[in-house]
Amino acid sequence: MSQRIPITVRVNGVTYQREVEPRLLLSDFIRHDLGLTGTHVGCEHGVCGACTILFDGQPVRSCLLFAVQADGHNILTIEGLAPDPDHLHPIQEAFHDAHALQCGFCTPGFVMTLKPFLEENPDPSDEEIREAISGNLCRCTGYDHIVDAVHLAADKMKEASS
Amino acid sequence: MKPPPFDYYAPDTLDEALALMAQHGYGAKALAGGQSLVPTMNFRLAAPSVLVDLNRIPDLSYIRLAPDGGLLIGAMTRHVQAEKNPKVADKHPLLHATMPNIGHPQIRNRGTLGGSIAHADPAAELPALMRAVQGRIKAQSARGSRWIPADDFFQGFFTTALAEDELITELHLPPLPAGSGWAIEEVARRHGDFALVGAFAILHLDGAGRCDHVRISLFGVGDGPMLATTAMGVLRGEKLDDEAIATAAEAAAQKDVDPPSDVHATASFRRHLVNVLVQRTLTQALARAAGQEVTA
Repeated sequence: MSQRIPITVRVNGVTYQREVEPRLLLSDFIRHDLGLTGTHVGCEHGVCGACTILFDGQPVRSCLLFAVQADGHNILTIEGLAPDPDHLHPIQEAFHDAHALQCGFCTPGFVMTLKPFLEENPDPSDEEIREAISGNLCRCTGYDHIVDAVHLAADKMKEASS
Repeated sequence: MKPPPFDYYAPDTLDEALALMAQHGYGAKALAGGQSLVPTMNFRLAAPSVLVDLNRIPDLSYIRLAPDGGLLIGAMTRHVQAEKNPKVADKHPLLHATMPNIGHPQIRNRGTLGGSIAHADPAAELPALMRAVQGRIKAQSARGSRWIPADDFFQGFFTTALAEDELITELHLPPLPAGSGWAIEEVARRHGDFALVGAFAILHLDGAGRCDHVRISLFGVGDGPMLATTAMGVLRGEKLDDEAIATAAEAAAQKDVDPPSDVHATASFRRHLVNVLVQRTLTQALARAAGQEVTA
């Protein structure tokens, strides 16, 4: 029991080497071992989406992975999204501008879910947006302002790349 | 909400994985996408003493054309890979139509087809799809391999024909009969959540317009994926119209299912949904069999 396994993980461009117990969830590893508390933990059974991170570029629920499985993989969390400390990512800006958050607990999960979605779908419809965020729960906003923010973010990202 | 301790192995080859399963037997669980196993471990509903992580085995992830014109799919193929695969869209429109109903985008990025079949959730789409298309499941162990027909594979609540040392390595989905119609419909409180009830229908008409092949497979209504055998009997050999479809749907709801009541839905609501969904899927399948475009 209490086997400990060495892992090497790249998170937000920084390489970390740690020893972990196999049962340590990736969400807890990110928060407690690495101190990156922007990734939030809601339900811990894959329903709420608050803990969504990018795992090799794809949004996944970090509460449904073990840290040991991340060995050799590349992770992006909400802390790694903004280009520098003085500027937000366009999706973050759009959430701010469109009032797409109230308590903010679910927001990092939404933003991480939306980054690859908007990169693949630069001009999404309301329906596509609602499908994309179907795995993220928000108990404050009623989602309308989030959908507005996604449209706004799409415009901002198009502007930035043109 | 944290999983109990276990020993962890991440073999690089299938042979190593099979040896580990043979060595650890009942206490060992294979970790595929983990989208069902990890929640049950977090809730401590499951407490395997050993996890054999299959994610480092590269050759279990593929989608190939089968000699019969259907598909052979490696067990570790992730849902998103099947969802976006042009071969699936082209050769198996029913599987293609099924994929977006499975979980949410984040779940489909990790979850695997083999894992979903092995987990055998009674409310999941893929086990019911495998019964609808009369698919086969390849089980491998250190002792050898065997193909198990989907109709024999699912044996009850989260229970399958897999022996404790066996892993699913491949799925075979035969092609639908040429000219047949198909449909999937489900009702869930939130898109992507487990369905309260779902239905698959596949049907084929002979030259005289009579039904000579029909499969109706239901999920969310029993202890596993279920065939609506009475309803299928009502349709076989008949000319299909709205009345025949209504009679079959009523038979499915009243005779083929004995659905559970739980916090999500009452038994009578589920029975009502069976009736509605069997009607909808048969109507769509009939239209497709007649060569019409259907937008579900």
